[in-house]
Amino acid sequence: MKCYYNTLNITHDYVTKKELFYNLLPLKEIKLETQVLIIGGGITGAGITRDLALRGINCILVEKHDINAGASGANHGLLHSGARYVAGNSVNAEECREEGNILKKMAPQCIEDTGGLFVAVEGDDEKYVADFPDLCSKCGIPVKALDTREALEIEPVLSKKIIATYQVSDAAVDPFKLSMDNIYQALDLGCTLLRHSKVTGFIIERNRALATRLQNMLTGEEFTIEALQVVNAAGAWAKEIAVLAGCAINLRYSKGSLLVTHNRIAQRVINRLRPSSNADILVPGGTVSILGTTSITIDSLDKIFPTVQETDFIVGEAAAMIPQLERTRYIRAYAGVRPLLGTPSVTDDRSLSRGFALLDHIEDGLENFASITGGKLTTYRLMAEKTANLICNRLGVSRPCLTRTDPLPPAGAARWTKPGLAPKVWMKKHDPEDIMLCECEMVPKSVVDSIVESIHEQNGKSDLKAIGLRSRIGKGACQGTFCGLRTCAYLYDINELNTNEGLTSLREFVNERWRGVRPLLWDTPLIQAELQEALYCGLMGLEL
Amino acid sequence: MIKDNPEINCELAVIGAGMAGIASALFASKRGISTVQVGLTSGIIFASGLIDLMGVHPISDGKIWENPWKAINALTSDIPNHPFARINKDDIHKAFEEFLAFMNNAGLPYCRYENRNAKMIMPVGSVKHTYCVPQTMWNGVLALEKKCSCLIIDIRGLRGFSARQITETLKTSWPALRHARISFPNTDHLEEVYTEPIARCLSLSENRKALAQIVIPHVKDASMVGFPAIFGIHNSVEIYRDLQEMIGVTIFEIPTIPPSITGLRIKETFESQLPQKGVRLLLQKKVLKVHRNKGGFVLDIGGSDTEYTVKAKGIILASGRFLGGGLHADRKQIRESIFNLPVFQVGERKNWHSQNFLDPKGHLINMAGLEIDNMFHPLDSLGKPVFKTLFAAGSILAHQDWLRMKCGSGLAIASAFAAVNAFKKQV
Repeated sequence: MKCYYNTLNITHDYVTKKELFYNLLPLKEIKLETQVLIIGGGITGAGITRDLALRGINCILVEKHDINAGASGANHGLLHSGARYVAGNSVNAEECREEGNILKKMAPQCIEDTGGLFVAVEGDDEKYVADFPDLCSKCGIPVKALDTREALEIEPVLSKKIIATYQVSDAAVDPFKLSMDNIYQALDLGCTLLRHSKVTGFIIERNRALATRLQNMLTGEEFTIEALQVVNAAGAWAKEIAVLAGCAINLRYSKGSLLVTHNRIAQRVINRLRPSSNADILVPGGTVSILGTTSITIDSLDKIFPTVQETDFIVGEAAAMIPQLERTRYIRAYAGVRPLLGTPSVTDDRSLSRGFALLDHIEDGLENFASITGGKLTTYRLMAEKTANLICNRLGVSRPCLTRTDPLPPAGAARWTKPGLAPKVWMKKHDPEDIMLCECEMVPKSVVDSIVESIHEQNGKSDLKAIGLRSRIGKGACQGTFCGLRTCAYLYDINELNTNEGLTSLREFVNERWRGVRPLLWDTPLIQAELQEALYCGLMGLEL
Repeated sequence: MIKDNPEINCELAVIGAGMAGIASALFASKRGISTVQVGLTSGIIFASGLIDLMGVHPISDGKIWENPWKAINALTSDIPNHPFARINKDDIHKAFEEFLAFMNNAGLPYCRYENRNAKMIMPVGSVKHTYCVPQTMWNGVLALEKKCSCLIIDIRGLRGFSARQITETLKTSWPALRHARISFPNTDHLEEVYTEPIARCLSLSENRKALAQIVIPHVKDASMVGFPAIFGIHNSVEIYRDLQEMIGVTIFEIPTIPPSITGLRIKETFESQLPQKGVRLLLQKKVLKVHRNKGGFVLDIGGSDTEYTVKAKGIILASGRFLGGGLHADRKQIRESIFNLPVFQVGERKNWHSQNFLDPKGHLINMAGLEIDNMFHPLDSLGKPVFKTLFAAGSILAHQDWLRMKCGSGLAIASAFAAVNAFKKQV
């Protein structure tokens, strides 16, 4: 087998860690071989790859976009105590309780152990409130009742109209870091990650998927991977992958939109103490808070974006619990899709199982193909363990799962997408020529240079959108107004943009950023949007 | 303790320090009306220096008009409640003549084609249709028309202005365009440079000489040289002429992205000229409260506490839109900030903005604003003037999308003219 490695790394820090983020770009008609192919670079695929790698199995993880591009990157970042599920599904609740405890011990670097509150306000279902502590106890979930004075003392933003408060052990988790750390260790153990690699089909003979056909989304090149076992961990896209292999999965799609606040609102996770509904959870995430979510059944996975109606609904509902949410500034809205298992006849998505399903596809006539879908961020490790058990069983490998007991090593270097990372590095090795292109998020020229370089190494071309995806540019308070123009000019200076490509690039960039701010345009963000339109349309005429 | 605030009596209070506010104060002072102008000048610094009159209609077709007057005819027949439709065409002409004559006398002269829009090079390489162009930029209009041999200069460390970007973007239609990068004199030790200090520095003739010396070797066969807008703040024409003479070929400025000096020039020109014409400026202050008395209005003005009390017979409200603070939106509706005047709404928030930022149809929210009569009185919900001596001008008015129609300055100047004349007639 002949192939060459091509870097997909984002920063120079990664060069030291050679295996990580190196992309394999096979020459024509190259077949890669591995023991297990895992499809889907979300937290489930990352967890399975690590679990198998720890059992000595060689894996390739493929992802059509980027790490956590689906629901793993578009959620609250909530590590459930399990209390959310005590009234509905006690199995889910107990799984969350146990997995939450394991992760707090095994991956503390990814978790902020904030604790959580469940609060009910005037008008909420009193029977639900009254049953809650007993239901928690039955599932073994520790819960402590607080009186209103105590609750307001520890979280002064709560409404004065709260009628009941219980303290539980919810926590905040950084889903991006969690996936990165899992993948990092797997790569250290000899596995391979291929990003921007989309599965286009399977070659199936005698009840086996002999090979998987893929296409590099950046270069268009096609290649195949021969694996003894194939795991479909594509989340909401698992149905599409299964169809390519001639299998069926009964999945429904539920869109959930979330809002990011400008500042951190509360220290703890705040849950509404009522049956699961819209906008009933506020989770701290570093310096911001994340509020959500909605649950809207959708038929197609294209065009997943948050709407004005969802935003208003979320803000209106959540303000009953925390009045300040009515007035606070929101900086971004985003939406993800939950893959839910169940029949289409059920009307409320929330009554569908939030549990997971591992399908062996034996009934579909395939012996070396498995799908894992549904589930939650909190239970990703358990999902990985169960999947890896099935695969090991099929491969005749008897080594046990280690992820329950072996700590997850921190990956060290993080990427430029992490808020605050670029300024730290810039401060550390400041070069006088290294001027800031983005002042809101402090992204200097040198970061753009390293992104451009890594895109070159994968034979790609840099434009504003590609740089926006790989850095904090466009994600600050100016919504890309100034950094977009400065970065565009800089890309011409370094010969990355030619002819009138800059105009196209600017248009794509601002339209892309628009999706996440459009639902939030009142008060200050509306003023910012007006300034942006004055500059991009009024002055430059980019709409013409 | 009750503090005694200085009390100022005047005939007219102009609220707003953007284009419509300064034009109102100018026209009022020239008509002998004693005037106080109050407002934050934070918006005008974003101005490009170009004065649009009317460029695009209908916006959904993106139809660009060569002749702004014909564009106004088409616009006012299609959108009869556009503010332009309430102003006599002769008055728009007169307003421009009066405004431009003032600018000329104040040392910030403008050039225009009487009945034709000019085409300007923008820093991203796009071409903008506008009406009046500062004299220091006018040769750029000619250079673009003739596609003559032209050099664009950019400056090391000046972000957001790449001469290569301009030449690359325009080169298919303009092959004789070249670019070069220079270091501004005595800035080698600086990592970044900004247009304002450079512009101020060029008021010294030795700095102009040093800049010319650096530029001359790059000129070669070019018959024109374009610069980012850096030719001084107060004496831009003198600097432009001096540099042109030293360099030996025709030169011009291209607007830069904010923070730019083009808006600063307008701001500082008016701040020095208006007081000489008797306008009392209370800038960087807000109207905290307005109430009526029998002679007109009483305005409490200050930063956070009242510092001045202004008694005025009438008011021109030129407080702008959201950026200017004249309008404010919460999640449900758009309000007028000072009087809580009725605002023409454009439906629920989901309708305010299009899914696509650059949607050719524009965003509906830009059509919201104050409804007026032909005297530029804001109207109440019954369609009657709210107050006889309250007038409105500029971008706060409804039924216009100045961002997409390219009519911002034209609307500001013309509606200020109409509002001042209406005030004079009324009072």
